[in-house]
Amino acid sequence: MNRFLWPLGIFIVLAGFLFAGLYLNPREVPSPLIGKPAPAFTVAQLGEQGKMFSPTDMKGKVWLLNVWASWCVACRQEHPLLVELGKSGVVPVVGLQYKDEPEAGLAWLREHGNPYVLSAQDRDGRVGIDFGVYGVPETFVIDRNGIIRHKHIGPLTPERLRDEVLPRVRELEAS
Amino acid sequence: MRRYLAVTAALMLLCLTPVHADEAVPLTDDPVTEERVHKLGEELRCLVCQNQNIADSHADLAMDLKKELREQVSAGRSDREILDFMVERYGDFVLYRPPFKAITVLLWVGPFALLLITVFALARRLRHRAVLAARANTLNADDQARARALLADEENKV
Repeated sequence: MNRFLWPLGIFIVLAGFLFAGLYLNPREVPSPLIGKPAPAFTVAQLGEQGKMFSPTDMKGKVWLLNVWASWCVACRQEHPLLVELGKSGVVPVVGLQYKDEPEAGLAWLREHGNPYVLSAQDRDGRVGIDFGVYGVPETFVIDRNGIIRHKHIGPLTPERLRDEVLPRVRELEAS
Repeated sequence: MRRYLAVTAALMLLCLTPVHADEAVPLTDDPVTEERVHKLGEELRCLVCQNQNIADSHADLAMDLKKELREQVSAGRSDREILDFMVERYGDFVLYRPPFKAITVLLWVGPFALLLITVFALARRLRHRAVLAARANTLNADDQARARALLADEENKV
């Protein structure tokens, strides 16, 4: 009896691990930046001659930093959602145009709508490296003191926005 | 005909070469720096193509990170400092050899624990079988008498 029970037990445990593994997303790597101040940077704004942007400009506000690019296919997927969010004015969304040409970015925003209060240009990807960006689009929730509180990797879905991002924003605004 | 084919093939090969042009990453002149950049790149996971290291990957991000490595190595930062820089941004997952911590204990110790358990179970099983075998080989007095009788019988027949 024991002879069959052991392999069966091992099989069940192994199957359990593998089954749980099916629902894990290896692309979602927990960011070590959560709970840390947003990395400092000062870069030019997209389409605004001579204007610069730095995260300290947003001090005192809870805001979202959304990393996007005109070459990014998955960005199109989440974009309507951001446009809607931008219109609602629930939370200011700052764009970080990652490794992209200004003209291409402006054309893209004209075509798909511009949900951003402004877009910071990260042409060589430096700011992206400081934020640990590896899969555009990515969205960061940053609190009044400039601390990163949440990170979403990949395109936002209505569910994730409603259940994870917005509750976080409300919680931070209330505190 | 054959000559045309050969010329066409040669031309096609020529056309193919520029495709590889962007693999020649801007190198520093210093082979020592390159060596260190390569060594560090082998320690770091490319997060875009997760089963490749940065040294081997041609993903855009890996290229940028190699550039970053090259600059930091040239600036004289130590390996430790450079790896810490990467971990601060991308987390422990970026390291192919993650540090020994509370959450990585299972990762580091797990395989050895499994091996130990298996060896222990095998040893027990073998010992158990040896005991069974020894028991099977010993005959009680009755069996021994019968065996002797049978053997004697055989000898008598011959």
